[in-house]
Amino acid sequence: MRRYIAVMLLALAASAAFAIDEEKRFDDPAMQARYEKLIAEVRCLQCQNQSIKDSNVTLAADLRREIARMIDEGQTDEEIAEFLVTRYGEFALYRPRTTGKTLVLWLAPFLLVLFGGLALVRIVRHRMSLPIDDEPAEEA
Amino acid sequence: MNRFLWPLIIVAGLIVFLVMGLRHGDPRALPSPFIGKAAPEFELPTLKNPEVRIGKQNLLGQYSIVNVWATWCVMCRAEHGFLMDLAASRTIPIYGINWRDSRPDAIRWLDELGDPYIASAFDADGRVGIDWGVYGAPETFLVDPGGTVIYKHLGPLDADIWQREFVARMNSRGAGT
Repeated sequence: MRRYIAVMLLALAASAAFAIDEEKRFDDPAMQARYEKLIAEVRCLQCQNQSIKDSNVTLAADLRREIARMIDEGQTDEEIAEFLVTRYGEFALYRPRTTGKTLVLWLAPFLLVLFGGLALVRIVRHRMSLPIDDEPAEEA
Repeated sequence: MNRFLWPLIIVAGLIVFLVMGLRHGDPRALPSPFIGKAAPEFELPTLKNPEVRIGKQNLLGQYSIVNVWATWCVMCRAEHGFLMDLAASRTIPIYGINWRDSRPDAIRWLDELGDPYIASAFDADGRVGIDWGVYGAPETFLVDPGGTVIYKHLGPLDADIWQREFVARMNSRGAGT
């Protein structure tokens, strides 16, 4: 048992050594910040609930490398997003762009709140128009 | 009774959507944005001979499939037998993209298990894999004679999937064109 615990502790300690994304650094802090922001917003397609910033699988590393290369080449964030979407679809971006296809995603929350609010107003208005009667109806 | 009608309709609608979601199949399989679009351009050395290069032009002129594989990919081993059968049947040329692999390992794999591919492109750094939107080997693309991707399958192929998804699509568009 003690040996087992020691092995577990060792494994835990070793996992800390796999610091993710140490490979690419920009000299310019503004470019580094752009890079960090971009990779945090790209979904890792192999491990679908992580960003490529948090993931160590090979595809995530490849995509980080490509994004770093595109930043180096002076491409804009939109161009980089376009690069990913043409290859992996809108799903690759954690923050979908506002296009015809994704418009419903962006608008749905506001529409739902609006409909809910309207329904609430109607119900409250209706109840306010009822005669005030503190006695339960059944006992009348 | 009427006051229960709308909630009932809404809940029924939700149930329909949830059941559709459950029946959708593999939740990890994403629709490929390439379906109906031109296959991406690429040019790579072949696995067996680095001097020979292979590219999109090799795919043109007939239906072909592009199978993304690697020796580290467990499911690739599972589908390999089917690919050998398919190659033996001479129905369709099979091209491979050997994705992020080591050349000696990959060549040994083909020597041991057989080589169903006309040729495999050797994509050591995964750059071409990204251009094809590959995110999990094995992936198999069906490319029409004009170089348009008409289907992509994620995961191992078998005879069933081949008939249902690939052959059906080629037949519906007129075989042999």
